[in-house]
Amino acid sequence: MKALLVGESREGILQASFYELVGFSKALNLETSTFLVGKESSLPTVDGKLYLADSDKYGDYNPSIHKQLLLDTIEKEKPDYIVFSHSSYGWDLSPRIAAAQKISQISEIIAVENNEFIVPACNSKLRRKVKPTSDVTLLTLQGGAFSAPENRNGSPEVISIDTSEASDSVGLKGYEMTPKTGVDLSKSEVIVSVGRGVGKKENIAIIEDLAKALGGDIGGSRPVIDAEWLDSSLQVGVTGTTVSPKLYVACGISGAVQHLVGMKKSDFIVAINTDRDAPITEVSDVLIVNDLKEFIPILVEKLGK
Amino acid sequence: MKILVCIKQVPDMESKFKVNGTGNWYEETDLAFRINEYDEFAIEQAVQLKEQLGNEPDVTILTMGPERSKEALKKGLAMGCDRAVHILDEEYFNRDSFEVASLLAGFAKEGSFDLILTGMQSQDRGSGQVGILLAEMLGIPSVSTIVEFSYNDGNVELKRDLEGGMKAKINATLPLLLTCQMGLNTPRYPTLPNIMKAKKKEMTCLAASDLDHSSSFTTTTSFFFPEKSGSCLILDGDSSSNADKLIEILKEKTAVLS
Repeated sequence: MKALLVGESREGILQASFYELVGFSKALNLETSTFLVGKESSLPTVDGKLYLADSDKYGDYNPSIHKQLLLDTIEKEKPDYIVFSHSSYGWDLSPRIAAAQKISQISEIIAVENNEFIVPACNSKLRRKVKPTSDVTLLTLQGGAFSAPENRNGSPEVISIDTSEASDSVGLKGYEMTPKTGVDLSKSEVIVSVGRGVGKKENIAIIEDLAKALGGDIGGSRPVIDAEWLDSSLQVGVTGTTVSPKLYVACGISGAVQHLVGMKKSDFIVAINTDRDAPITEVSDVLIVNDLKEFIPILVEKLGK
Repeated sequence: MKILVCIKQVPDMESKFKVNGTGNWYEETDLAFRINEYDEFAIEQAVQLKEQLGNEPDVTILTMGPERSKEALKKGLAMGCDRAVHILDEEYFNRDSFEVASLLAGFAKEGSFDLILTGMQSQDRGSGQVGILLAEMLGIPSVSTIVEFSYNDGNVELKRDLEGGMKAKINATLPLLLTCQMGLNTPRYPTLPNIMKAKKKEMTCLAASDLDHSSSFTTTTSFFFPEKSGSCLILDGDSSSNADKLIEILKEKTAVLS
């Protein structure tokens, strides 16, 4: 079986998540080729054909043009699977190919069993096993679900590609970084992180008390950041900071995939949550089934003794 | 200007789920349903744009699903949408994203909408495909996972959420489809007068069989709870004894309490 892997480049740099696609293909014994709109100076070290379009010419995000370049490559390669990261690039581009080719697409894959694919459902509380019914299938892989191979010293056969058939009314005008505050969570040894379960902004003080008592830093999941209860630089997760402290305490965080991927490499994880089925328990070492508003002040008091 | 908002009604994710008898979806009885969270950002953005443009735009809210979905449409009307369309479909969970998008396109292709807004994904199925598929089927441009939106005289300025604390700044023009990410805005609560007004607004009901659509390209072969890892120790005593136990554990297993 043949897979066409879709790489992703930002400001001329290949995104490392590409190697998870390589790991996935190796696990399934797929013969691979690669598609990339990127730069000659930052190529993936994989074997096989690499169809390369120049990102200086075609941009990092020009959906119609990237779609046309990829469709041309699919026509040449005739793969069985077209594999993307389930990322801002992959989830945006892949349905465009599905619509053009009228083929099946399975998104956010976390595991494979007998040519069927397992994806999360209901905020990760459940799993769905999905079977494609077309000959060619588009797959997007959840970040962190498949390991990148240790050995990354292949060398691709580069084939330059161009298109003049597509244009885009949607255009990328540049990037913007979230301004950093003093704390760099990626270097923190202890993080006490707060989620929607905290209830209201006034309760953040309880979490700050625990962070102080443990000598750590406070972080938060996306809903708390979006509600502006915490500074945006303190977001833990795929779209924020990926962390791996010695101790991670998740307070009232149900555990959306985007959050779990960003913190599951922490050495020791404690979850405080009244919902025993919350997905955070999948990565936790200890679950405290108490109301955090009652439990945390008691814990802080005992830690002070 | 004509605006279309596509929404889905989903279970409250805090619910206690059960797998259904055929083992391919959740059992609907005993679940509380609400508007998919991401779709509420889409409704809010549509209503904000309508207000910005002196009430001129006409906002249609569209959903597909069983009878219960009407409640989600009523809330959308109370938030400020002008009219609602319900594609009544008890078999919604047997249709994949491609088929769902083709049904929505079957309705939307006649409407010549200038702007279509929807959530970045549903909380239950979560494929994140339907919005972009719909745009492609209609032949209009689309941008996924937007966190900022501004409109000025036909030009749209957007920010897209990327990985690692980065955002992409995007320019686009109408017609356009956008999928909305958390953080785009703060959805309003319907006021009582607006809930009353919404009762007089038009709600059209169609059957899936009334619309041209494609078939599915995937099937769900099973639906199940993940196995508990077993390595998670559950402390379900009272707060005080749990705090004592946790301190013991942290002393033993981590170096953070000396």
